[in-house]
Amino acid sequence: MIAHDHAGHDHAHGGAAHGSLKGYLIGFVLSVVLTAIPFWMVMTGAIDNKQATAVIIMAFAAVQIVVHMIFFLHMTPASEGGWSMLALIFTVILVVIVLSGSLWVMYHLNANMMPGLHEMRQMP
Amino acid sequence: MPETLTKFIFGRLTLESLPLHEPILVATFVVVALGGFALLGAITYFKLWGYLWREWFTSVDHKKIGIMYMVLGLVMLLRGFSDAIMMRLQQAIAFNGSEGYLNAHHYDQIFTAHGVIMIFFVAMPFVTGLMNFVVPLQIGARDVSFPFLNNFSFWMTVGGAILVMASLFVGEFARTGWLAYPPLSGINYSPDVGVDYYIWALQVAGVGTTLSGINLICTIIKMRAPGMTMMRMPVFTWTSLCTNVLIVASFPVLTAVLTLLALDRYVGTNFFTNDFGGNPMMYVNLIWIWGHPEVYILILPLFGVFSEVTSTFSGKRLFGYTSMVYATVVITILSYLVWLHHFFTMGSGASVNSFFGITTMIISIPTGAKMFNWLFTMYRGRIRFELPMMWTVAFMLTFVVGGMTGVLLAVPPADFVLHNSLFLIAHFHNVIIGGVLFGLFAGIAYWWPKAFGFRLDPFWGKVSFWCWVLGFWFAFMPLYILGLMGVTRRMRVFDDPSLQIWFVIAAFGAVLIVCGIAAFLVQIFVSIRKRAELVDVTGDPWDGRTLEWSTSSPPPAYNFAFTPVIRDNDAWFDMKRAGYRRPLSGFRPIHMPKNTGTGVILAIFSVALGFGLIWYMWWLAALSFVCLIATAIGHTFNYHRDFDIPAAEVAQTEEARTALLSAQGARA
Repeated sequence: MIAHDHAGHDHAHGGAAHGSLKGYLIGFVLSVVLTAIPFWMVMTGAIDNKQATAVIIMAFAAVQIVVHMIFFLHMTPASEGGWSMLALIFTVILVVIVLSGSLWVMYHLNANMMPGLHEMRQMP
Repeated sequence: MPETLTKFIFGRLTLESLPLHEPILVATFVVVALGGFALLGAITYFKLWGYLWREWFTSVDHKKIGIMYMVLGLVMLLRGFSDAIMMRLQQAIAFNGSEGYLNAHHYDQIFTAHGVIMIFFVAMPFVTGLMNFVVPLQIGARDVSFPFLNNFSFWMTVGGAILVMASLFVGEFARTGWLAYPPLSGINYSPDVGVDYYIWALQVAGVGTTLSGINLICTIIKMRAPGMTMMRMPVFTWTSLCTNVLIVASFPVLTAVLTLLALDRYVGTNFFTNDFGGNPMMYVNLIWIWGHPEVYILILPLFGVFSEVTSTFSGKRLFGYTSMVYATVVITILSYLVWLHHFFTMGSGASVNSFFGITTMIISIPTGAKMFNWLFTMYRGRIRFELPMMWTVAFMLTFVVGGMTGVLLAVPPADFVLHNSLFLIAHFHNVIIGGVLFGLFAGIAYWWPKAFGFRLDPFWGKVSFWCWVLGFWFAFMPLYILGLMGVTRRMRVFDDPSLQIWFVIAAFGAVLIVCGIAAFLVQIFVSIRKRAELVDVTGDPWDGRTLEWSTSSPPPAYNFAFTPVIRDNDAWFDMKRAGYRRPLSGFRPIHMPKNTGTGVILAIFSVALGFGLIWYMWWLAALSFVCLIATAIGHTFNYHRDFDIPAAEVAQTEEARTALLSAQGARA
């Protein structure tokens, strides 16, 4: 409320366009297509390899995120004077650190501390 | 039938849940109850309820909310410190076959409660309160971006604190240590309500912390006065920005990991159990991804305080402003890359441990750079050893020792020896007391005149200072020695009588700290009594350099009659040098947010929800959840959220100040 003066000011220059009908429609169609293809792949079993299917679905999900950010959240490198982009980059870095770090740490822990059952069975 | 009905209404709560068999707790309860009744009675007798409700509880003024945060922190400090002194006493006497005076059940709750309270309900409210009060003033704003959200955040923090306090007399608190590692905190090993109190208290308070983080980031990014570019922001505002970024980025991890633990306990999932594919170490990993940034959340704003204090009391521009800002940003990023150093001994192997050991050592570089910046600011400065400066010097001497033992612990092989020992305890108390607490006292002494219009009494402040500093050294240096000798943390009784002397010295230190806390309370009391002598009408008692000193003390509700225009770092110093004159006419109506009680109501429902979940009173949980959502939605239909302070009222306030200033000028 109090921020009105400054916020209004920034909006005028930040150039964050409040989407048009066309923009929303493009976003909607893209989202539907990006959802429908993975559905189709799973329902018909188009690819035999389950792992490959999973990877492709993940890829579609990632593209979906970008579509939402551009068409629904109206994020451009210039929106909010660049702060949105900066926040996005920061968030991505942190998520990458947390996920890859956890995987690395837990993988090492397993390798070091958990002799798998098969190894135990091979023991005399 | 009656039994199932009782069970339905009260869940797990029975008369046996009340700790009537613990004489210490009963006595505490009697004292707390008497004190509480006395307080409530006094408020009623002096007819203060309406005043408190209208002017404070429902206030959306960032200054009042900041002060309420500080009061919460102070009250919880007393509770957290009672736990500390009880532990010190127990450990000092539990030798030569003596069991001490605390049984294991009670002792385990005490060390858990001490940690949880000191971090979540003392340090966090103090830090948030300071940021809340100071940041909008420093950037020339009239309030935070979302004033209602601010009030709501505060009451959620209070809600969490109430749940923790309730556990003292209704049921029990967790007996797991302050981070509640599973499998010990799982339902198999902790079937009682303790861990549930822990989970829901932190979840309720966590909502408040996260929202206030968002609020302050938004305020700093969006509401700076014209001309204040990022690189002209005061250092305290910079460190607050970084702290709030850390809060927003890390608290969701805590929320998620506690939710997973709650699912394990409530619906029988197996995220962190030993069997069915669960992995307790994943909990340790995740909670430290929150936990390490958390320690920087606590210390960064205080680095800001020390920067402001050093610069003001040395009468100099801060040395190396740019490097200070970059050091803060680097610490912000690096704090996400070191979490594994809390569990080197988990067994991740050499490459993982080396990586995190090295990042940990690297993080000491920007911190060291800050230390040199403060030293160079003091160098050839005209230093005034007022109370805030004394705390700053004590911080520099104490914190460096803590930092160096931190670097020792960052060496993985050394950590294998020192892990979970009293050396670790001494290290983190060294940085938290020597850094966070000393910084808070510096900040309180520094900004108290701004908040209330009179200074704190220096004599009692110095008594408190010396008791705290000496008390700290007496209490924690013996723990370094004990830790090196291999004594582990959280012990209740000891076999080796040769260790006792060290624990006695540590207990003596704790007694000194009691005197420090008492002297601090006396200082506040005496200062209020002598407020006429200590009064400051200029609004700038320390010859300050940043914007908050340009307005009156205490500042008017609208902070600044006209939004200042900034041309330099140290904006107020620049304005004074340029011969700034207060504008005396041409006032315009000021648009302000209106008070609302919704925050209090939402927090009450949240506490009820938490209480219901803790005791398995499902009806209460469901009912309060529905009320919570309904109130939140209802509030969105409240369209009467703002009003204008008429220009005449602004003019009147400003004229009153002009009159005061000229009266002061005539006397001087």
